[in-house]
Amino acid sequence: MGATAAGLLTILALVGVLALVYRPLGDYMAGVLTSTRHSKVETLGYRVIGVDPEGRQSARGYALSVVGFSVVSLVVLFAILVGQSVLPFSRGLPGMPWDMALNTAVSFVTNTNWQSYAGESTLGWTAQMAGLAVQNFVSAAVGIAVAIALVRAFTRRRNDDLGNFWVDLVRINLRILLPLALVSALVLVGLGAVQSFAPDRVVDTVLGGQQTLTFGPVASQEAIKELGTNGGGFFNANSAHPFENPTALSNLIEIFLLLLIPVCLTRTFGTMIGSRKHGYAVLGAMTFLWGAMLTVALVSEVGGHGDSARAAGAAMEGKETQLGTWASTLFAISTTGTSTGAVNSAHDSFTPVGGGAAMLNMMFGEVSPGGVGAGLYGFLIVAVLAVFVAGLMVGRTPEFLGKKIGTTEMTYVALYTLASPALVLIGVGVAIAMPSSADAMGNVGGHGFSEVVYAYTSAANNNGSAFGGITVTSTFFQLTLAAAMLLGRFVPILLVLRLAGSLARQGTVPTTAGTLPTHTVQFAALTVGVIALVAGLTFFPTLSLGPIAEALS
Amino acid sequence: MTTTTSSTPVTTRPSVASLATDLLRQGWTGLRALLVLTVVLGVVYPVVVWAVGQLAFGDRADGQLVQQDGTVVGSALIGQPFDAETAPGLFHSRPSAGGYDPLATAPSNLGPSDPDLVRSIEQRRADVARTNGVAPSAVPPDAVTASGSGVDPYVSPAYAALQVERVAEASDLTVGEVRTLVAEHTHGRSLGFLGDPKVDVLQLNLAVLAAGR
Repeated sequence: MGATAAGLLTILALVGVLALVYRPLGDYMAGVLTSTRHSKVETLGYRVIGVDPEGRQSARGYALSVVGFSVVSLVVLFAILVGQSVLPFSRGLPGMPWDMALNTAVSFVTNTNWQSYAGESTLGWTAQMAGLAVQNFVSAAVGIAVAIALVRAFTRRRNDDLGNFWVDLVRINLRILLPLALVSALVLVGLGAVQSFAPDRVVDTVLGGQQTLTFGPVASQEAIKELGTNGGGFFNANSAHPFENPTALSNLIEIFLLLLIPVCLTRTFGTMIGSRKHGYAVLGAMTFLWGAMLTVALVSEVGGHGDSARAAGAAMEGKETQLGTWASTLFAISTTGTSTGAVNSAHDSFTPVGGGAAMLNMMFGEVSPGGVGAGLYGFLIVAVLAVFVAGLMVGRTPEFLGKKIGTTEMTYVALYTLASPALVLIGVGVAIAMPSSADAMGNVGGHGFSEVVYAYTSAANNNGSAFGGITVTSTFFQLTLAAAMLLGRFVPILLVLRLAGSLARQGTVPTTAGTLPTHTVQFAALTVGVIALVAGLTFFPTLSLGPIAEALS
Repeated sequence: MTTTTSSTPVTTRPSVASLATDLLRQGWTGLRALLVLTVVLGVVYPVVVWAVGQLAFGDRADGQLVQQDGTVVGSALIGQPFDAETAPGLFHSRPSAGGYDPLATAPSNLGPSDPDLVRSIEQRRADVARTNGVAPSAVPPDAVTASGSGVDPYVSPAYAALQVERVAEASDLTVGEVRTLVAEHTHGRSLGFLGDPKVDVLQLNLAVLAAGR
């Protein structure tokens, strides 16, 4: 089979398997998040953590729980990373320096998984399992919980009950993430991903040199790293490392896992609001963006554009032999479109247009299809914006899913839309003004600038992937990127919850002939247009200095 | 339990003091929740994956260690630095940005227009062509580029084929015998359509060494 046929078949297989699980998983998640029954284990859990599972929370209560839980997560993870030398199973490694630990703790609590350290030489098993992997689960659950709170708001009438954060947290972890992670981790082990508590092993190699092989609970972390759209690699090379991603089949499974929940949540959304057509419209728009970015990136990567790819005969710098350009590009666009940030190849060495597409995919605000939960609420925010734009055109009060979009709602939506672009542009501006940044860049000219833009885009949108040539271990980068991640996560979350509260307190307006239908192809296209317009107007000047200049030179 | 009932929506703006109290109370609940979830997700889950993985798949979960004469010499998944200088009579691996050091797995991260990268690609092309006595245009892309992991255990079938005659000449094997060994260590696409075909360099070299005795 030719490379093109095989590549197209790979994409077809991915889409096909996602289509197969779309309904069952989407509806299962809707069931989990609307059920009134508690299992025995959960009831016991609520008693231990001191929560009344029947208690209801308003937007304020829900937000306080999200913030309280996240702050505690941040403190505990920071303590684990700084103090790992006194923890068991730490492979004799010292604690992280404070600025790196702070950056890493923020990174994992915000579901970003930006990594300024190399796992194999920095972290022991306790920090990986009980620190990072736990955040891979719970930060994903926080994202889903917030999205569901917003969805619930559309179904409420003059009733600001958004659910119970603690119940959502426990259920999402125990009923959704854990079973899926368990099964997929075992599949990955079967394909050769490492899950071993063997000590570091120094082997004398065939030619008489030495290699130190390190092991650990890799597969268990790999599964939740993809499933929760986290992306933090056990090893520095992330999913390019054969211990994390041993074969081309495991590679496809990992791409499937990182798309799985964001895609199926659109079904959950449709089911919960009682209009599955709306779920399909959201999914359609997300898929269009993903497909468009994938096409652009594939043309450039497989076509081997750019100086180094032309010199080598293919864009294979930074790519694994067994994965090649097709599977690497498919991974790159899926990981940047889901705010996962896992990488199976070096994005820094992608062709100018391929790397630019990965960057633009994040600049869309992580909605193609976005991270777990974050993609759904991010998209719904844009949908409200699109309704507003359409309302302006025809001179009607905008409505979305039976709720009036008034000044209050638009204020939250506007602030949300501005939050991460502002963080990116301010971050890049400050970093470029620092004289030390030139030394931190791993590349010269426009590409060095692209590395800085990519870093802040990735942090503020909670993606976590990098143009890895940049050295980000200086206290300046550790702290500014941590700030971008923290604000890029929690400012939007608080705005979403305030919006949810405001929507839930409203009554519903009946659908009339004058209501703009929001489940149509036309509306999905309008939303895509708004996404492209916002990203384009915000980032075009920045992109021109980086990837566009590179592609044209 | 700090929840507001649905019948009494918050209408007045709560004071800073009550915000702080509420946040502290939520933090305390959060700490307890985090500890419980850490036990389940951070200890039980990885240990169960380990235990079931070991039972179901045995040493597949251990990094697929490779032996030579009963001694472990590496992992089937981790490449080793075979090159023209260190292994003139064996198959060569791809260039690596980290020198095949599993403690520093990394790509070069050089940009697509980086002049140094373009120069080293051209240099590698000339070197590989000279070492193997072929035309520079015959050198495949993987032979002149560094991988993403820095420990890529594979090369393309094209790069392996190009090295057959040199390896045969250096050993006591015929070209046909070496070609057979290459074929034995060549894997097609996963399931026939996933990824690219590949040749396992470490195990191929071990086979060459074993057959050459």
